[in-house]
Amino acid sequence: MAFFITQTINGIVFGVLLFILAAGLTLMLGTMRIVNLAHGSYYLLGGYIGFSIAKETNNFFLACLGGLFAIGILGMGTYKAILSKHFARGVLSQVLITFGMFLIITDLCRWIWGGIPLAIPRPELLQGSISISNIVLPAYRLAVILIGVMITVFLWWFHERTKYGAIVRAGVDDEEMTQSIGINISLVKTLVFSIGALLAGFAGVVGGPYVGLYTGLGMDILLLALVVVIIGGMGSLWGALIGALFIGLLDSFGKSLLPEFSLFTMFAAMVIVLAIKPNGLFGARG
Amino acid sequence: MMGFLYLRMAMVTALLAVCPLFLSSFYTGLMILMLIFAIFAMSLDILQGFTGLTSLGHAAFWGTSAYIMGILNVKVFKGCYYGADLIAGVLSAAVVASILGLIVLRSREIYFLMILLASSMMLWGIAFKWRSLTGGDDGLPGISRPDLSLIGLDLGRTTHYYYFVLFFFIVSAILMYLVVHSSFGHTLLGIREGETRMRSLGYNVWLQKYIAFIVSAIFAGLAGGLITYYNGFVNPSDLHLVTSAEALIMVILGGAGTLIGPAIGAGIIILIKNIVSGYTEHWMIILGAIYILTVIFAPQGVYHLFEQWLRKEGLVWKRSSP
Repeated sequence: MAFFITQTINGIVFGVLLFILAAGLTLMLGTMRIVNLAHGSYYLLGGYIGFSIAKETNNFFLACLGGLFAIGILGMGTYKAILSKHFARGVLSQVLITFGMFLIITDLCRWIWGGIPLAIPRPELLQGSISISNIVLPAYRLAVILIGVMITVFLWWFHERTKYGAIVRAGVDDEEMTQSIGINISLVKTLVFSIGALLAGFAGVVGGPYVGLYTGLGMDILLLALVVVIIGGMGSLWGALIGALFIGLLDSFGKSLLPEFSLFTMFAAMVIVLAIKPNGLFGARG
Repeated sequence: MMGFLYLRMAMVTALLAVCPLFLSSFYTGLMILMLIFAIFAMSLDILQGFTGLTSLGHAAFWGTSAYIMGILNVKVFKGCYYGADLIAGVLSAAVVASILGLIVLRSREIYFLMILLASSMMLWGIAFKWRSLTGGDDGLPGISRPDLSLIGLDLGRTTHYYYFVLFFFIVSAILMYLVVHSSFGHTLLGIREGETRMRSLGYNVWLQKYIAFIVSAIFAGLAGGLITYYNGFVNPSDLHLVTSAEALIMVILGGAGTLIGPAIGAGIIILIKNIVSGYTEHWMIILGAIYILTVIFAPQGVYHLFEQWLRKEGLVWKRSSP
């Protein structure tokens, strides 16, 4: 029973992280049909920047802000300078460009921070753990779940209840129509891309204390985020949330029960979902 | 026109055949890599250039073939058993393609790309984690090349192995040329240009794509097998997205939809990789820059640029490829 609860909590914590990452990815896909393969490297770079800030200032909050804004600005810059240009139209161009960025950022990280795995120290406030009978729950992990809930609520509120969210949804449904009623769609896209990047950078710092930071992480986490988006359906925040929790739990139980086939279980899950719903659980278009 | 084409093919073959006479064994080795990756890139071109399917999971076929071959070679046959390992490797690539094809070809464009990418990385995950069978991170070393001493070839020697690879390169190039210029190949072009129209004309678009997918995988599997004999080992990177993406950039840099273009692209990438690796360990940064610069400056590929130049100079009168 203790095993079950611990693994469930771990799975949810990891799922929250995947959701923060996949939410950005799925929004980019929905609004501008960009498969941002650089997303994993945004996560990684955000984490490393957070690590350096945490090391210098000993302040986890500053590390979060640093990672978040650095990657947000990086995302905005790359979108404005490269991805919004005419040569970046079409799936092929976009995957090549974003994969190129992925390689460059990942290798720069290895260059600057070295290949040795690092971990961001947990903030002092959340050092301890809570134990209920024989189950020990680190406070930090519980805090991550709380952060996840807050981000989910915020994104839901923003997306469903504000004027700006309505503009984004309109852009997803019919870009030309949205433009023709006087909305600056290119500004909307820039902002969505920046927010997506920002979330990835933030996830990197938040995940830093328990997932750690290593060179191959960018690819590992990108793969999981892609699976989440595939399962949930492109452009759907709900899909991303459910997919992320599902994959988080599957990862947590898979790793402890079937370590040799942990990725295979995810593959099987993806195939089963796709066999029933080819566009993912909440995906509207294929 | 056809005669002219055969003449060109014969010239290229002759040129490739005399290469080792003038090159040191180091450069012959480099040529081997170029030829193997050329087969790989050309096989991807059947999907990218002729069917309009952008794939970032082509390493699934290359790597599966490499692993099946490696496992048979090292653990089952303890040797290559008259090349049965290579044949099994190629067949396994076809089997994987026929299974993955059922899953991925239901979707299109971005979804197709993402699902294939994820599926191929799952195979990487299996190779990485299933230590007892695949050797995990360390891979499988000690794969031996076939013994062809009956026909006087000693494949242990680089030059001899070069001719072994050259044979497969020429045969695959001709076969792939025939495939894309057959009526089946023209159907694929039709699907690339307008899937809906082809469907309304009564073609079974799904089936055509499915066959193209498997054909492409067979050649990718062959290339994966040849590289495994050459390297003598397999490791998970043979199944990794980086390998898939490398094949894709070879196709695009060379010129999709031309077959010869991807072969040239493969040569360029292998050459640059080799030169750059001599100076810096940060090859990935250069490779990343190549991806971005190719999209910006040569999205049609260098072969098209070359042809344009030839036409401008009046050196060629008609395009030979679709």
